[in-house]
This record gives sequence, C-alpha cells and structure tokens, in this order.
Amino acid sequence: MLSIIGTVPDETFPLAEGIIKTDHNDLCIGQRRIPVTRGTPALIAAAVKTAEYLGNNNIHVCLIGDTGLGHGSRKLYEYLTENITKWGSDTMVFHYLLPDSDWHNRVLFAIDDMPKRPTLIADAGFMYAAKMSGQAGAYDLFTPDAGELAFLADETAPHPFYTRGFLLHEENHTPDLIKRAYKNHNAAKHLLVKGKKDYIADRKGVLKIIENPSIEAMEAIGGTGDMLAGIASGLIESGIDIIKSASTAAYINRLTGEFTNPSPATQVIELIQSIPKSAGKTDLMKTL
Amino acid sequence: MSFFVSLKNIFKNPNKQIKPDRGFFVFENTSEVIRAEKIIRKAGFEVRVMGPPPEIQTGCDLVVEFPLIEELNITRSLIRSEIKPIAAVPATSPLLNPVNIFQVKDFGQHLMVRAANMKLTIDKKTNIIVNISGGGCPDVPYLAAKMVGRSFHDCRPPKEFGHTLCAYALQLAYEEMNRQCSA
Repeated sequence: MLSIIGTVPDETFPLAEGIIKTDHNDLCIGQRRIPVTRGTPALIAAAVKTAEYLGNNNIHVCLIGDTGLGHGSRKLYEYLTENITKWGSDTMVFHYLLPDSDWHNRVLFAIDDMPKRPTLIADAGFMYAAKMSGQAGAYDLFTPDAGELAFLADETAPHPFYTRGFLLHEENHTPDLIKRAYKNHNAAKHLLVKGKKDYIADRKGVLKIIENPSIEAMEAIGGTGDMLAGIASGLIESGIDIIKSASTAAYINRLTGEFTNPSPATQVIELIQSIPKSAGKTDLMKTL
Repeated sequence: MSFFVSLKNIFKNPNKQIKPDRGFFVFENTSEVIRAEKIIRKAGFEVRVMGPPPEIQTGCDLVVEFPLIEELNITRSLIRSEIKPIAAVPATSPLLNPVNIFQVKDFGQHLMVRAANMKLTIDKKTNIIVNISGGGCPDVPYLAAKMVGRSFHDCRPPKEFGHTLCAYALQLAYEEMNRQCSA
C-alpha cells in the first residue's frame, strides 16, 4: 500500500486518514472534498492517476489542514508517531509539513520499529526536516528542484531560505551540487532532481538524464514538482525499481506538458489529467 | 608577520567577525518575527531578520538581530504591540544570512522571479499573478490560493499573511518582481 502524508491549505480541515477517492477534479476523504491546486493534493492526484493507469486504486492518505502556523503539522507529527507503524504501508511519501527536526526524528524512530521498513520518499517540507536533522540517508528518494538541490548541497543551511549565494548561481552544474550533497550526507539514497534537465542520481553520481520533451513553461507552473513526485511514488509502489520509476516519472511528467501545450499561466490540474495518456506513450506496461 | 597572522585569523575564525554589541530576539513562530520586525523598524531601531545559530534551529525559523544596548527600549515597543519574544540572547556565533540571489526568466508574455526555492510568475501585460511555484512549507499552497489570479499591485504582500521561511522567500521574490516591474 502507498501512503501519502501531508497537509491541505485549510486550517479547518481535521486530521483525516484513509483511502482517497476522486470525484471529477476533486479528491475526497470521508465527507471532505479537496480541490487539487498544488502541494500535497497535487501529489495525491498524480499518484491516483498513475495508480489507476497501472490498475491499482488504493492510495492511503493521512492529511491535516495547515496554512503555515504549524498547528496542523504538529498534530499530524504526533499522530504519525502513534499510528504509522499500524498501517502496513510498503511505500510512504512525506510531503508538505512544517519542517521540524525534533518531530521528524520521532517519526523516523517510529518507522525504525516497523518489522518491514517501507520505501521512504520525502519531498517539500519533510525533505527539509530530514536534511536538517542529518537523517537524509534514511530515505530512499528525495525529489528536489534546482533551488532545493542547492539547499541540500549547502551543509550549513537549515532551510532553502538560507542557501548561500555561491551555490545558487545558475552556472553551478547540477552534477557538482549532487556530488556535494552526497559528500555531506545530505541526500537520500536516490535523487530525482527536477529542472530543465531531470537528473536521477545516487551516491555514485548521475545515473540518468531525462531532457525531452522540453516544455519551458512548466518551470513556472506551481505543482509540477508535486506531480512528478506523485507519479514516481505510484510507479515505485507498483514494484518498479526506484531508478526506473524516477526516470519514467520524469518522462511522463514531460509528456504531460507536450500533450497540454501549457503557458506559464496553466494550472497543474490540466497536466495531471493527461497522466494516463502520457503513461500510455511509455514502455511501462512492458516493464510490469 | 604578526599582523599577517592576526589578519589571517580574523578571516579563518568567523567568530571574530561577530559584532559583540548585537543580540537576537527569538519568537514563537516566523509570523511573529515578521510582525516584530515591522514594529521595531517603525519605532526607529535598526534591526535585521536573520537565521538562528545552529544550537536553537528547529527547521523553519528566523530571529531578529538588534543592538544589545537598545534591548529595553525595543522590548517595550514589542510589549506595547502585544508581542513577547521568547528570549533575548547575545550573539556569540554568526547568524545565517537570508538568500540574496534572484533568478529572473522572461517567457515573453510572462515574467518569473525565483528567490531560493520560491518562484513567482506574472503576466507582464496585465500584472496578474499567474503562478506561484516551489517551496515546501504548508503556507505555500495557501498563499498561492490567495495570490494567483490577482493583480500584482493590488495583492497583499506574502509577508502580511504568510508564516514560514518559504513565505519570506516568496516575499523576497515579490519585492524583486516589484523592482523588475519598476525598472
């Protein structure tokens, strides 16, 4: 089972755990509807579309409302420490939570107690907390963008906001930043770096580069990174190995741009809708 | 020789660069820091928003660096505005500087500014904010929901209703966009 953990941008949204359903463009859990704009709902929607394509419909989520004050995130962290071991998840994705290294460590300690360790994927705020607490190596996959890779490469920065300027210059080569992130033990076992070119890497270095089709406008569209992480999660859950999942996800993500022909003003839900069509253009079904 | 050695040590040891007359206020959360900065500046004191030293970092924090000599006066201004710092601490190690590098990308009809992990894109003709991308803190989707589709000039700046460092990074992108549009 794939479990996705994160927040929705609504302070009144209560802690909710269960199998996610969809209705038109919305996600549904219990009586609650969640519009798909960006953030964790975009990741879930992309994972759902990927899973549907692969014939798997059960995606488990654990969500809470948080608009940045951290009240929801802290409740969710606490809930995770008490319940995460009971789910029996094979793959866990941690996403938009207020980064908090103490709470992050408590969640990781809880996972350590599981008889079978799930595949662990982190993106967004939870990835920041994982790096800051020095536990990046406990994860199987991080999915940073260019700015976040510079943050992972900066051993002094506790948040991307403090990334030092010399690491943010555009002339910095992604493979060098990847190397630096691994050297300082600030990267997961695998990295999927989203950008003009998508890089799949591990401690040994860059393994694959996906650069076509290239749709420039996608860089500006909020949620495309969440979508990529969602597709990769859906593929990993289906049993495809992490490197193949990451490179296929990068390709599918790019194809959604080709099918949608977006402008920088396009919203991510339009791209998510074309995931099944994009997945159909790959050799995925032969892989499984 | 001794002059050379002492000069070298100054550059080697970052602690030598710390101004002994500075301290920092620690607050409950980032939105309090943003409010405090505004109040203190309005009261006429020179302060900087910085990153905390490693021993008190939790993940998403800012502190306000201030001249120690003014601690009482600044604290009074804050209390009058009902903001109470958790602690006021002398700075004994270097504080982290916020990001100060921006990337600007012109798509023709649209202009995008990136600050750290946050990207803000507007339609150059209408000044409508068309997308907000990046970030990892939970107020990013909330800020995007409030800002996308609104005119850049009529929209409240993210620092007025954001709460995290991602919101602060978006504020820097917003300010840079303002500079780009005024240039």
